[in-house]
Amino acid sequence: MSAIEITLKVNGTVRKSPMPPGIRLLDALRRLGYTGTKEGCGEGECGACTVLLDGRPVNSCLVPAIHAAGARVVTVEGLAPGPRLTALQRAFVDMGGAQCGICTPGMLVSAWELLARAKGRVPGEDEVREALAGNLCRCTGYQKIVDAVRAAARASRARSSRPGRRTPGARAGRSARARGAAARGPRGLR
Amino acid sequence: MRAPLSALEVARPRDLGQALGLLHAARNGERPVPLAGGTDIYVSLNAGVLPGRRFLDLGELRELKGVRGRDGALTLGALTTFAEIREHPVVRRRYPALAAAAAEIGGWQIQNRATLGGNIANASPAGDSLPVLLALEAVVHARSVRGPRDVPCTDLFRGYRDLALERDELITAVTLPPPPRARQFFRKVGTRRAQSISKVVFCGLLGLGGDGRVGLARLALGSVAPVTLRARRAEQILLGARPSAAVAAAARAALLEEVTPIDDIRSERDYRLLVSGNVLEQFLRATEPRFARA
Repeated sequence: MSAIEITLKVNGTVRKSPMPPGIRLLDALRRLGYTGTKEGCGEGECGACTVLLDGRPVNSCLVPAIHAAGARVVTVEGLAPGPRLTALQRAFVDMGGAQCGICTPGMLVSAWELLARAKGRVPGEDEVREALAGNLCRCTGYQKIVDAVRAAARASRARSSRPGRRTPGARAGRSARARGAAARGPRGLR
Repeated sequence: MRAPLSALEVARPRDLGQALGLLHAARNGERPVPLAGGTDIYVSLNAGVLPGRRFLDLGELRELKGVRGRDGALTLGALTTFAEIREHPVVRRRYPALAAAAAEIGGWQIQNRATLGGNIANASPAGDSLPVLLALEAVVHARSVRGPRDVPCTDLFRGYRDLALERDELITAVTLPPPPRARQFFRKVGTRRAQSISKVVFCGLLGLGGDGRVGLARLALGSVAPVTLRARRAEQILLGARPSAAVAAAARAALLEEVTPIDDIRSERDYRLLVSGNVLEQFLRATEPRFARA
């Protein structure tokens, strides 16, 4: 069947491209150059391809791209728009939260969404494990990942409590609208 | 092996009437496959197993969305996601077993996409919401070009992956009747707490009368037979009985006669039998401590 024009709003940028109507969001994103999103299992088990769709984590290997038309899509690239590491990235580096790295983009996206939901609170270990239940790490480095997510939350809180800093905002979508750019994390996560 | 996703046709009806017309019109004997959240269909496509070449995208159909309460019952549109279900205050308060099931269907990524209607239509004997719908005696609303039709869940699961629905009927909503006065219990047993397909999935409702006897007992199981089923004989043993360990043991024995699990990629028959019995006893004891006593 002939291609149709699919319009996606990725990390705050509107991208239009002719694509097959059944194409997966994962493939559409990678065709558009957002190769930070990885394909792992291709069956919705591993979460390596996790992106945010209107602020919520989804497996992009199971989402028809047409369902993302008109929605806000955030990929791992959208979490770190500048050259400086965010608190979440810094925590993954410092705590050894990445080993082979294939799961890392999905882990970061899911963790980011949890921290956005937590609104500056440091989530408990069980809460982090539940939020990351749909992200598998074949190196089985879960403890360090969980530690990194909680460390990022603590670091963000410390930063946002300084004078002149606002406490972390609400969900991804609202902060995205506020910035008018890529859906970025709550301020505390920078 | 990838399915040639570029070769798929996707029709995008704007309203329910248009969707039903497309679903009714078979081409070369093939009807389009309804596509909701895609969490089962895209798994098949990614594995190179085509459930069809023509799809009917339900994404635009407002008629299939939303949750509405009426006369103590709750009607959930077929496109209601499991994330919406687990977060819905009325579901959490009145149908806690369904909220619990929704929270254990995959991880958040799946719950944000997978729909109640899709879980029913996929008709897997391992579908996690299905024992809950069966125990709550939910009614499935279907619609075709011929009009609407209601099918009680208790009549729905006809055979392995076979529902009592016509090929051109679309599931539009599910109504949960007012919950009976009973404790609700849900338990899923899989390889891993989250993100695994069930080896045994169980939903139980138990109500005690003023005389201390069991007044209501509903036991539903998945992954232990070709269809999701109610363990009617075990229910009959419980009904009217005074809770005791002997009654629990008798119910367990009856239940094990009703399920017919198999050895497969996820588990073994013997394990599933053992766990089915254990989960039943866990449910009974958690609901009424006298089931643990002689």
